[in-house]
Amino acid sequence: MIKFIIKGLLRDKHRSRLPLIVVSFGVLLTVLLYTWITGFLGDSINLNAKLAAGHVKVITKAYRDNMDQLPIDLSLTGSKEILDGLRKDYPSVSWVDRIEFGGLLDVPDSAGETKSQGPFTGFGLDLGPSSGEAERLNLSKILVEGRIPASEGDILVSSQFATKLGIKINDKVTFIGSTMYGEMAIFNFRVSGTIKYGSVAMDKGSVIMDIKDARKALNMEDACNEILGYTSKEYYDDEKATLLTQSFMAKHKDSGNKFDPVMIRLRDQNDLGSLIDYMTNVMGFLCFIFILIMSVVLWNTGLVGGLRRYGEVGLRLALGEEKGHVYRTMIAESALIGFVGSLIGVTIGMTLSWIIEQKGFDFSGVMQNATMLMPGVFRTRITTEAWFIGFIPGLVATVLGTMLSGIGIYRRQTARLFKELQ
Amino acid sequence: MKILIFTGLALLTAVSYGQPSGKEMLNLIDRNLSAKTRIMTAKMIVGGARGSRTIEFNAWTEGDKRSFSEYTSPAREKGTKMLKLEDKLWIFSPSTDRIIQITGQMLRQSVMGSDLSYEDMMNNGDLTSHYNASVTGSDTIQGRKCWLLRLDAISDNEAYQLRIIKVDKEKNIPLTEELYAKSGKLLKRIILSDVKQVQGRWYPMKMVFRDMLKTGDGTQFVIETLKLDEPVPENIFSKASLK
Repeated sequence: MIKFIIKGLLRDKHRSRLPLIVVSFGVLLTVLLYTWITGFLGDSINLNAKLAAGHVKVITKAYRDNMDQLPIDLSLTGSKEILDGLRKDYPSVSWVDRIEFGGLLDVPDSAGETKSQGPFTGFGLDLGPSSGEAERLNLSKILVEGRIPASEGDILVSSQFATKLGIKINDKVTFIGSTMYGEMAIFNFRVSGTIKYGSVAMDKGSVIMDIKDARKALNMEDACNEILGYTSKEYYDDEKATLLTQSFMAKHKDSGNKFDPVMIRLRDQNDLGSLIDYMTNVMGFLCFIFILIMSVVLWNTGLVGGLRRYGEVGLRLALGEEKGHVYRTMIAESALIGFVGSLIGVTIGMTLSWIIEQKGFDFSGVMQNATMLMPGVFRTRITTEAWFIGFIPGLVATVLGTMLSGIGIYRRQTARLFKELQ
Repeated sequence: MKILIFTGLALLTAVSYGQPSGKEMLNLIDRNLSAKTRIMTAKMIVGGARGSRTIEFNAWTEGDKRSFSEYTSPAREKGTKMLKLEDKLWIFSPSTDRIIQITGQMLRQSVMGSDLSYEDMMNNGDLTSHYNASVTGSDTIQGRKCWLLRLDAISDNEAYQLRIIKVDKEKNIPLTEELYAKSGKLLKRIILSDVKQVQGRWYPMKMVFRDMLKTGDGTQFVIETLKLDEPVPENIFSKASLK
């Protein structure tokens, strides 16, 4: 039977060509749109996770309430013990301690007086080989010039910031800020390299240093303001993060102390929750719209085909073929067209997505004033869902369209068939 | 003669009990607080999230243009020096052996985690040349009868565009100050107390600053010794004195 249908479709190109093109094109668009949105939003979430949010984050209760101000005076103390506890209780999660802080970077002239200065956001990271922080932030890839900090007092400066302040590799610069106890912090560093994140907000003014140096400059011995947890090397998993947070909070009851540790998820930070919800809603909406539009288009295609095949259906009915059999064979035909069309659409869509994933589109030029932590280079992202997101609706819509248009078969009256055929 | 004495006394009584003008009040305040030079030893007790810290320093100021201060305690701050010349401020930090210039918005940042900004620390100018004042009523603060004054900045460049101050009617010293931004937002609240006579003037030896944009218990500014209008060596106000 299937062989018969395939032969029919191959020999009568008018029957298969248009629906095949429509399905392929629709599926291609869906796949591309899906991978684009997943890539675009996923990259933003991933960048935020790697750079600042983690998949989960342990901070003090007081710090959580003022997090946007980076209040290092509300940091976690006894951080080593907390970190060891987390590593023991949740060994599958990668835990790292960090210090995120704000300050002013001052560049001296040859006489040692201020040549230029500017505000920055600093990141004290564990740059040791076992922490995986350098890999997580792709430091070797985003390094524009110089080297990754290897000696005490080495720092990386975002290249745009370095250019603005006139900083060169190995220049001595001075950090000015406040310590955890509110004292004035003035500390000299040496610029070992410059980096480019591809994120406009970060490239404007940021500094990376080893957490040991940050601790020294900020008087934060055995303290940090954030302990970040990564549930996997890949993308953020909201369900995993929620379970982890619930488990941690069950173990650490609120004692009323403002310095009690609390765990928050990525979605609880910087409006990232609404971004995740938006992403989920967009995906659902996209599938719904696609099925709706494709159903209407294919119903219309089916109707046109039905009209064209009006005589053929009539003849088949006149020859004694059951209405149900005619209807079923037409559905089988459409399923075959939907399958092949979806396959073509997915293949072309995934190929294009793969190319964009590898090359990316650089939009940083039009994002000069962006304040949100967004990547300047946008890429698609191929996920397991991407293989199905176009394929299944492509198949379903084709069959649904034929099912809707084929209902007309049951309205044909056998008694009038011969008259119609005459 | 009797008529003249009577008329004089009547006028004096009227002036004493009547409401003075804003400008008169500012002149009276400036006469107490404003000096050609000031040499002081003071300390700041900064209340923070993790307890309080005491910072001690010596300061020399000349009008509102030149100022120099040297921090003597605690150990982490010891040897830090600040020099203000006109609208420029330099900080010397012995640990880095650097002279750093503080400009622009940085001048409005906190000094050593306190509730005072660099501008607050360095601003010793008289009120008369910076604000227009009007007396808006009277009140009682710390058991003292006060005039309620509204000070509107003459220039847009003032850090605080509006000040509401309560001035002791007898000693002509502000006992509370509320400092507002141009937007009308309350930025700082200051309570002045321990008013003592220094070289014939009334002077508040203790001030509690509260930055309303920060959490914390505020900063106590306590003057331990104060000399007014004494000569200050010229070399103090030079960059050479920083190192």
